[in-house]
Amino acid sequence: MTPALRLRLFLPAALLLTLLLAWALSGAPRFGTFDGRYGQWLNHHTVPQRHVTDVVTAINFDYRGWDTLGEEFILFISVIGVRLLLRTQRDERETRPRDQAPGRRATSSSASVRVLGLALIGPLVLYGLDVVTHGQLTPGGGFQGGVVLATALWLVYLAGSYETMLHVTPETLVGWTEAAGAGGYALIGLYGWLTGVAYLQNVLPLGQVGSVFSGGTIPLISLAVAGAVTGGFVLLLRAFLAEALQVRSRS
Amino acid sequence: MVLLQAMVLILVGLSGAAVVTIREPLRQGIAMSYYGLLLGLLFFLLQAPDVAMSQIAVGAVALPFMILLALARLKYQREQRERQKETPS
Repeated sequence: MTPALRLRLFLPAALLLTLLLAWALSGAPRFGTFDGRYGQWLNHHTVPQRHVTDVVTAINFDYRGWDTLGEEFILFISVIGVRLLLRTQRDERETRPRDQAPGRRATSSSASVRVLGLALIGPLVLYGLDVVTHGQLTPGGGFQGGVVLATALWLVYLAGSYETMLHVTPETLVGWTEAAGAGGYALIGLYGWLTGVAYLQNVLPLGQVGSVFSGGTIPLISLAVAGAVTGGFVLLLRAFLAEALQVRSRS
Repeated sequence: MVLLQAMVLILVGLSGAAVVTIREPLRQGIAMSYYGLLLGLLFFLLQAPDVAMSQIAVGAVALPFMILLALARLKYQREQRERQKETPS
């Protein structure tokens, strides 16, 4: 196919697409208007039904909790897959971590990165815990808070050293945190089932609207998700860093 | 507010185009980080703070970080292969 022919085919197709797109967009609702029945129903009923002020968290961990369970296991399996792919192969060996260029000592990060990183680690951990535990009240929840917590540990690598990062994230602890989080979510759902109602039905006392201990199973599921996400992301970081810094091919 | 939303929407479009047009993987990774940050900002301005938080954490931090580490590893492998070619043992 010559470029000229390709252009001749492309131009009418693009013109047709533009016209159809303009036609479709002219019938779209105005920018900023929302006409979703389900969304409006949830906005109206979430606070009285679940005593939770963040509707998004209520959807994720309660109304559509089954979907989120599936998503959590997607993350879980992806992390396992990455670890499996990045395992030390037969023709590779693990060395002491060092800089990429051969025969050169590792350059340490600059003073500004160290100071800023050290200053940020503490607040970031607190912020992550705050996001995790207040998911039922304000925007956030287990997933967002979990990723924030994991990034705090990445800062340990940036501001400190690779060894320090390995030291504060023992592989067994991180692995168990991830597994306990993923399994905990499934078990919380099972509890509803055992008490005689549906799987993942919110059976615990709902508490007072606006209190940290409100929402029944929602904060518990949020906590489980936080464990799975923090553990998963730290395991990913460890696998990628080890691959970049430690694993060498045998030669 | 709508003006701000429109501005960030245009910036998201521009940075998205930049990610596609940049062909060098390292620069592409950095550009994608900016794109993720702007997309998170747009979600926030469209009153979706939950999604914005996830987007910033994953799109602007986690994903570019993994890309950079993968690139570092590939660079090492390439250098080692060239070294082996220069000094056949």
